[in-house]
Amino acid sequence: MLESKNGMKDGLLNSIKAGPPALLELSSKITALVVDDNTLNQTIHHRLLDNLGIQNQVVGNGKEAVDVHCSGKNFDLILMDMDMPVMNGIEATRKLRSMGIRSLIAGVSARSAEKEKQEFIEAGLDDYQEKPLTTIKLASILHKVKKDG
Amino acid sequence: MEVGQMQRRLAEYTKSLFMEGILDAQFLQLQQLQDESNPDFVVEVVTLFFDDSEKLLNDIARALDQQCVDFKKIDAHVHQLKGSSSSVGAQRVKNACVAFRNFCEEQNAEGSLRCLQQVKQEYNLVKNKLETLFRLEQQIVAAGGSVPMIESSF
Repeated sequence: MLESKNGMKDGLLNSIKAGPPALLELSSKITALVVDDNTLNQTIHHRLLDNLGIQNQVVGNGKEAVDVHCSGKNFDLILMDMDMPVMNGIEATRKLRSMGIRSLIAGVSARSAEKEKQEFIEAGLDDYQEKPLTTIKLASILHKVKKDG
Repeated sequence: MEVGQMQRRLAEYTKSLFMEGILDAQFLQLQQLQDESNPDFVVEVVTLFFDDSEKLLNDIARALDQQCVDFKKIDAHVHQLKGSSSSVGAQRVKNACVAFRNFCEEQNAEGSLRCLQQVKQEYNLVKNKLETLFRLEQQIVAAGGSVPMIESSF
């Protein structure tokens, strides 16, 4: 019953569940950047990506995310927190887009109020997921990377 | 106690934590991310949660103790605690934070103090239960057994 509506997403989830060979084929070439100031979230998001064979780097705020790109690095996917010191996710997303960064940027925040979400999305997000991030939520983001890539 | 008995005891104990709403499905998610190459992932993440929570609870208590209470600041701390607790599946701490934020919005000092006590109580409960859970796991490993994977069927 879910197949007609979420057929493609389910297909991706099945390939994730199918184990390393299918998984590697899907995600081994995807690179990701985790942008979050909280060590707990950094650890979980890093492990979630690692678990799917996705090579990833972790930085602690929006400014560091911008700096990493200035140094010439590029990622297929950016998991962007909203509330961070120095430079928050909204400013960082705007800045990255103004620099011409076309990576898929997914906002990942505990904020659930429509107005707060809206400002973040309008800054240039491709996707928004409410924390806590799970393998299923990550899979739905990855599906977009795959489709766009 | 023999290993099988210890494993059954661990399974029962874990189940009770879900039944009592102390933990939710997010904790299972963390357990699923633990494997041979990351054998201490859950303990590592939960330790970060303990550190985070204790710092935030102190910050909140200190902020509430001021002559002129900055509710915006307290709300930001409670929001962070809500995020951390939901990341590890500490459901009752998370729910207590949700209630707390309503009192912050009303700038209700008395209600906020009551909520702080409630959050602390739920935090101490989940901390205690998780420490017991890890101890049971360690005892099984020390006795040469393996920690069974928890099914998410309940």
